[in-house]
Formats: sequence, C-alpha cells, structure tokens
Amino acid sequence: MKKLLSALLFAPLLALASGPELHLDKAPVSTDPAALQNGAKIFVNYCLNCHGASYMRYNRLQEIGLSEQMIKDNLMFTADKIGEPMRIAMQRDEAKVFFGAAPPDLTVISRSRASEFGSGADWLYTYLRSFYRDESRPTGWNNVIFENVGMPHVLYELQGEQVAKVEQKDDGHGNKVKEITLEQGKPGKLSKEEYDKATADLVSYLVWMGEPMAEKRKSIGTGVIAFLSLLFVLSYLLKKNFWKDIH
Amino acid sequence: MTTKSQAVLDWIDARFPLTSTIKGHLTEYYAPKNFNFWYFFGSLALLVLVIQIVTGIFLVMHYKPDASLNASGVPVAFASVEYIMRDVPGGWIIRYMHSTGASAFFIVVYLHMFRGLLYGSYRKPRELIWIFGTLIFLALMAEAFMGYLLPWGQMSFWGAQVIVNLFSAIPVIGPDLSVVIRGDFVVSDATLNRFFSFHVIAVPLILIGLVAAHIVALHEVGSNNPDGVEIKKKKGADGHPLDGIPFHPYYTVKDIVGVVGFLIVFSFIVFFAPEGGGYFLEFNNFIPADPLKTPPHIAPVWYFTPFYSILRAVTYPLLGIDAKFWGVVAMGAAVVIIAFLPWLDRSPVKSIRYKGGLFKAILVVFVICFFILGYLGVLPPTPGRTLVSQICSVIYFGFFLLMPWYSKIDKCKPEPDRVTG
Repeated sequence: MKKLLSALLFAPLLALASGPELHLDKAPVSTDPAALQNGAKIFVNYCLNCHGASYMRYNRLQEIGLSEQMIKDNLMFTADKIGEPMRIAMQRDEAKVFFGAAPPDLTVISRSRASEFGSGADWLYTYLRSFYRDESRPTGWNNVIFENVGMPHVLYELQGEQVAKVEQKDDGHGNKVKEITLEQGKPGKLSKEEYDKATADLVSYLVWMGEPMAEKRKSIGTGVIAFLSLLFVLSYLLKKNFWKDIH
Repeated sequence: MTTKSQAVLDWIDARFPLTSTIKGHLTEYYAPKNFNFWYFFGSLALLVLVIQIVTGIFLVMHYKPDASLNASGVPVAFASVEYIMRDVPGGWIIRYMHSTGASAFFIVVYLHMFRGLLYGSYRKPRELIWIFGTLIFLALMAEAFMGYLLPWGQMSFWGAQVIVNLFSAIPVIGPDLSVVIRGDFVVSDATLNRFFSFHVIAVPLILIGLVAAHIVALHEVGSNNPDGVEIKKKKGADGHPLDGIPFHPYYTVKDIVGVVGFLIVFSFIVFFAPEGGGYFLEFNNFIPADPLKTPPHIAPVWYFTPFYSILRAVTYPLLGIDAKFWGVVAMGAAVVIIAFLPWLDRSPVKSIRYKGGLFKAILVVFVICFFILGYLGVLPPTPGRTLVSQICSVIYFGFFLLMPWYSKIDKCKPEPDRVTG
C-alpha cells in the first residue's frame, strides 16, 4: 500500500521535466507616480505609434498624478478629446504588410504575458532589454526571448546596439540548445543602468495600465476583510449563544 | 404578533402555504445536531449560485456577445469585458466576483460531493438527492464551459474549439452534431451567441430547478449526518427526533458563520489575487481570440482538468473507432458513474467513521489520483504523463466499479444507535 502511495505521489514529478525554459529577469515594478509618469512618456513616444492601447482613456492618466492640461500638452498626439482611448492611426491590414503581423494592443499586455516562468512584467522587462542586431532579419533586429520577432528595436536610440554571441550548449539531457549572450555594441543615449531604469519605468506603466484599479482594489479589499473578520467574531458569538443548550 | 399582522398572515395562509412552508423547511425541519465542518458546503454552494446569478445580471448589462472586430481591430466581446473592467463604475468588482465565483462554485461543490462520499449521504433513502446532485454537477460543467467562451480570449476560443471538436468523434452523427453545437463550421460569432443564450438563460433555469428538487428531496427524507445513522428512528414524546434540532434558528446562525468564513477567503481572492495564479483567469485569455493563431498549449480551466486527463488517457482505438471517441466516452462515464454510487456501495454502514481500513485506504488513493489527474490536465501531454494519467484513470474507475466487492468485504465497526456528536 505504502509503496503504491509513494509511487503515485512521485510519479508526476518524473513526468514533469520537459519543454524549453525561459529565463526572465525580475522586473523592478514600481507604483511611484514619477516612475509611472516617465513610463507613460516613453510609452506615448515610442510604443503608441504602432501599438494601440484601445481600452485606456487618456484622462485616466490623471490617476498617476498628471493634470488634464499636462496630458493634453505633452501626451496626446493622435486624439482630440481627453476622454478618448489611446488609439493609433495605423490600419491593421497595413501593419500586417509592414511587420508580418499586426502589433498587439498593449492595454493588458502585462497580464497576458505572465507564465510559469515569471510575471508579465518580468517578460516585458527582459524582452525590451534583449534586442540584438541580426542582419538576416528584415528589420535588422532579433530578440533573445522572442525569436524572429516582427518588431524592430524601437528603443534603439536609447539603448544603442547589442551584439549576440551564439554558443551551442548541451542542456544536460543530450540535446543541443542555442545559448545567446549579448554584448553592448554601438552605445545609445543612455548608459546600461539608465536604460534599465527607463525600461523598468515603461514596464511599471504597462503594469499599471493593465489594471489601473489594482491599488484601489487592494485598499478596498483590506477594508472588506477587516469588516468580515469582525463580522466573523460576532457571528461566531451569536452561534455559540444560540447553541448553548445543545449537547 | 399583533392582531392586524396576524390577520394579514391568515389571509395569505388561506391562499398560499406560507407558514407551512416556513415550518416545513426551516423552523420545524429537524436536522441532526452533529453536523461538522463538511456540512457548510451545501449552503455555501447555494450562496455562490446567488452570487453568480446576481453578478451575472449586472454583467449582462454591459457585456456584448459579438465576435466582430471594432474600430481598433479588437473583437467587440473582448473589448466589452475590458469596458466593464475599466469604464463601468464598480464593474471590475462585479466581474472579479463572477470569475472567482466560477472557481469557488467548483471548489465548494467538490467538497460537498466529497462530504457525501465520507458519510455515505447517497445511501438509501437519499438516492434521488444524489442523482439530482450529479445532474447539478453536469449542468454546472455545461454552464462553466459555455460561460468561459464569453470573454472571447484565446483560451476561451481554443478551449471551446477543442471540446466541441470532441463531439465530432462520435460515429455517424458526430460531424453534424458538432456543427449544431457551434452553429457554424468553426467556433464563431454564431457559437458565441448561442453559448451566451445557454449560459444566461437555459442552463441557469435548469440549475435552479435541479437545486430546488435537490433541496425538496432532502427535506422529504431528512439530512444524513457524520455518524450515518437515521435520527428519525429515535423520536421523543413530542414526535420530534431526539437528535434533531430545528434548522432555524440553529443551523441558520451556524451557516452564517460558514458564510462569513467563506466570504473572507473569497474576498482574499477577489481583492488580492483575482487571477488565482493564472488558474482562475488564464493569462492567455487576456489576448483576444484569434482563429488564425493556435496557442502552443491549450489547457482547460482547473475544474475540468481531472476529467480532461481521463479523456486524454484513452489512446487506443477500439472497434475501428477513433481513440478520441473513446476518450469522450470515458470522460462522460467518469461523471455519470458518480450517479450510481447508491447502488455500488454495499457496506453495512454509511459513515466512514464505522467503515474499515480497506475503504479508508481506497478512498485516500482515489483522492490522490483525482488530484494527480487534475494536475496532469493543465500540463501538455508527454508519454510519461500519459502513462501516469492512464494508471490514475484506471484507479478512478476501479474505485467505483470495484466498490460492490470491497465495500462488502471491508471490516466495519458497529454503528451506534444515536449520533455521537
């Protein structure tokens, strides 16, 4: 019996090992308004030309500490009214011709990119720092964690160029795997640390935009659970009082 | 009571069985006094049903079952869910309650069913209650499956695609049947609209009817209890069971404790982990449905995975029919076989408290296998995993089919005359 039990308990562990692993860097996600505002600025300048954020309205940016006037003056390039969502002018069928696939809407991208390897933020943070030069690609760019990606390195002027060193390695199971290490080539406007900070801010913004009510949700939740805990004590005492004659 | 309100009550009672219904189902419905923790899950299932219906009513006010693309190239249905999450005041809380409620429903119902297994609640004279319960479980699975298509994300779409395709494996009628279910040759706007209709009207009506029948049947024969002895056999001078207490107020105040405890756990998920680690809201479902892009790995939501594993475990074609068909048969049988428990259990006692070591050991193995099947169902198949799921599937069916034999030879202890508290 015991043998059977332990065999059943451990069998799934043996059955588990398979599938390519994805190594992601932990994203330093921030809820600090300054970081979110910087992220919003980068997002609007670099992303919001090809990618829309069609469920996100401009006026919601007030929740990260911007005034209506600041949003109108600095962040609204393609919309006239502050209540409009962050749409783009590029047509999807055109985009398909340009890039091979229409760039996805980014409103909830941080939620969809989560996996067993890390949060959506981790994926985005790693992705945005993993572009390298690849002349065999139509855009001239490739990405370590998203092979043959259709997107060019739009943050190129900030990060500069990275060059890939490809090594064939044994994965310990007798399979050859490609291991790519990146080295800084031509420098960009920002140092490595500054670029990491800029992408962290951008990712923080994308996380915030994915669920703008997340902080409010947690603060309401704290109140709800405090109330319910009190109610639990009272309801327990009520039950005890009613049941005192039942043995 | 003042004479005036008494007069109103008399007027109603002469026309509608109000007082007698309240007496029969609450104030003079005698329930065993020894209910334990496991007995919370029946009332909790009813609570979750109410949560789902009420939140569902509000969601329908802004949700649009429309697969066509809007100006930004996003399906209208998907965009309407994000609209609820962002632009409808309080919409996110209603939506998270509904999505968490779906998983909570299955957690509560699985625990409720397990309680039945523990204490033999399906045994005579409660066979019909158990059959109604199995039907509720089936209806619930249909309800959850069709509801999952509505957000029109990648997992919604491809999950429905995979499951509806299974029906096409049925010989002769299969291909036509799957077209009837989809309303189209692929999962499309027609599918979305008919699933919406079923999810919002048809299945909830069936569910409410079955739940009513479940409760009426229960109150007809009376509740079982952790000792598995009939309290109606020992009645006092007043004609009430000696070990029974009126449901109201005793179990209403006790169930309030259970309800508040449940709501604390429920709120933790709704407010702090609404995605449930990717199990309650799958990450891939934040990508709009794309019929041209098959995700590399399609996993059903966690509550279907034990049965999905059984489906995938069948890999041999039989009688010249595709293995897929026999997988569907096995999956259907795995649910339907639950309804036969009242006739499979031949033990002289009902409750696990008086059953022997054999039954206890087999139950433990069964539960472990059920968890393993559930776990394997979320993972992509490999030869090793398929073998494990085949072993577990055999044990799953063995638990039921061998029960007439092992429940008879099990060395049981004598049942007490009265409940032991």
